[in-house]
Amino acid sequence: MSPELVNLIIQATFESLYMVGIAALLGTAFGLPLGVFLATSRKGELFAAPIVNRVLGIVVNATRSTPFIILVVAIIPFTRLIAGTSIGSTAAIVPLTIASTPFIARLVEAAIREVDGGLIETASSFGASPLQIVLKVLIPEALPGLLLALTLAVVSLLGYSAMVGAVGGGGLGDLGIRYGYQRFMPEMMLAVVVVLIALVQLVQSAGDFLARRVNRRLRHR
Amino acid sequence: MNAHQSLAIGQPIETFDAISPPVTEPDAMVRFEGISKTYPAYRGKPGVNALHNIDFAIPRGSVAGVIGRSGAGKSSLVRLINGLEKPTTGRVIVDGRDISALTGRALRLAQRSIGMIFQHFNLLSSRTAADNIALPLEIAGWAKADIKARVTELLALVGIADKHDRYPSELSGGQKQRVGIARALATRPSVLLSDEATSALDPQTTRAILDLLANINRELGVTIVLITHEMSVVRQLAKEVVVLDAGHVVESGHVADIFTHPKHPITQSFLAEVIGDSLPVSLASRIVPGPSAGGHAVIRIEVRGAGAGETLVARLARELGRDVSLLSARIDEIGGQHVGSLVLGIPLGVSSAADAVTRTLAFLSQHQFSAEHLGYVA
Repeated sequence: MSPELVNLIIQATFESLYMVGIAALLGTAFGLPLGVFLATSRKGELFAAPIVNRVLGIVVNATRSTPFIILVVAIIPFTRLIAGTSIGSTAAIVPLTIASTPFIARLVEAAIREVDGGLIETASSFGASPLQIVLKVLIPEALPGLLLALTLAVVSLLGYSAMVGAVGGGGLGDLGIRYGYQRFMPEMMLAVVVVLIALVQLVQSAGDFLARRVNRRLRHR
Repeated sequence: MNAHQSLAIGQPIETFDAISPPVTEPDAMVRFEGISKTYPAYRGKPGVNALHNIDFAIPRGSVAGVIGRSGAGKSSLVRLINGLEKPTTGRVIVDGRDISALTGRALRLAQRSIGMIFQHFNLLSSRTAADNIALPLEIAGWAKADIKARVTELLALVGIADKHDRYPSELSGGQKQRVGIARALATRPSVLLSDEATSALDPQTTRAILDLLANINRELGVTIVLITHEMSVVRQLAKEVVVLDAGHVVESGHVADIFTHPKHPITQSFLAEVIGDSLPVSLASRIVPGPSAGGHAVIRIEVRGAGAGETLVARLARELGRDVSLLSARIDEIGGQHVGSLVLGIPLGVSSAADAVTRTLAFLSQHQFSAEHLGYVA
């Protein structure tokens, strides 16, 4: 493979990492509080607001059931408003963030709901405020689950990032389609797939490692 | 100055007294006044009347046992004391303050003076023993250095100073409960609530934990409320007892008074768990309704009270002028009082069988023993 093509792959890899990295950060910044709220706002829970909970649940489900490629084109005006353009890797971060936020929120909700309800009662019994319960009990206790959820989100984002090539988002998926498919260069297609497999493996292993590190539920020495 | 105060190192940033003046009620630490608790119907499940017209007081510095079968309302009762639940009617006065009227921040401040330990310990798996104990202090806004000193002191108090950096998954059940106790005492509460705290522990560990609680009550003067379905817990530790059945207080008072003269069937059944109310099988199978020559009349005597029954057998033998056989005996001590029963065989000698029985029962009744003629053995 020529050095130009190798350079293309390297550049596309960085574009993918950039899009996925920023989208994962923003998706977590929005998805974590949203997920915590979804997990604690049903009737009788810490931040009980059953109606808001139901409305947010519907919005989250609606976003998650919209096919990603449709979401990308449907929100082009919004993307332009936020990023100033609808083309390129930076613009692609907008739909990636919007798609990952509800996904992360649902994963966070599930991880938080796994925390033993007795711990909430315990913290309440010594006068913890709802916010203290979230910060000092729920999130630390759910941390292994949260890290695995984030890992899953990053892996899914890598898959989504391949689709934003369709609107000029760049990245590995875009490279694979334009060179591997449209220019009929199977070795390029193969190279892109290999890089993606390696990235997913790396992210998954790192996530598993961190989750194991912070998991004190089992004997670890 | 008592030991509880002398343990003080850091001061909590805010105390509850700043918010509302205490109502003057010096003798009672916890007082239930006309409490009822009804859970409304929810999602097709019918409503539940968990507690009805509860009125009782727990004296300051006492150890009170709340005993009842599952579903009797024990958990609801204890959750009213620390404000985790609100009564439907009535009020709960804790340390002179109406906790059932408090909400939000005022309630959270009051909760810092009420510690609680749990059946399943409820420790954070992500924190070491020391950090679990530190949690209520962090929540109360203590300074880091004060927390560190207080945690060290508490670990020593509960006898696990060497487990400072251990995670709950590395501790045994008894050690976990010790962490739970240290955590509950961290903010120097005046009341310690124990919700079936020994139910998940083996008998030996249970005894050690109950001894620790007795020490804490004695040394720190903390009032302890024990929620339990185990008579052994009440027997070993409690001075006062509240017997709960189907949401009603059926009996309450000093442990010795309640269990030497149990009135309600539930109380009697709890007592029977400790002292047994059935005869040994080999004896029961030999008892016949009619007397036989050279046999014995079988008399069961209830033993209730301090030192009761100690010389009874000898005195009865002297009264009858005959040796009396001891067929079965089961006597335990509850609240410093002897509670149990003796089963004696009264020899049917020269006088008629009816005469021996009559004389025995008359003697016992004269000495205020309650006795029952069960039959005869050969």
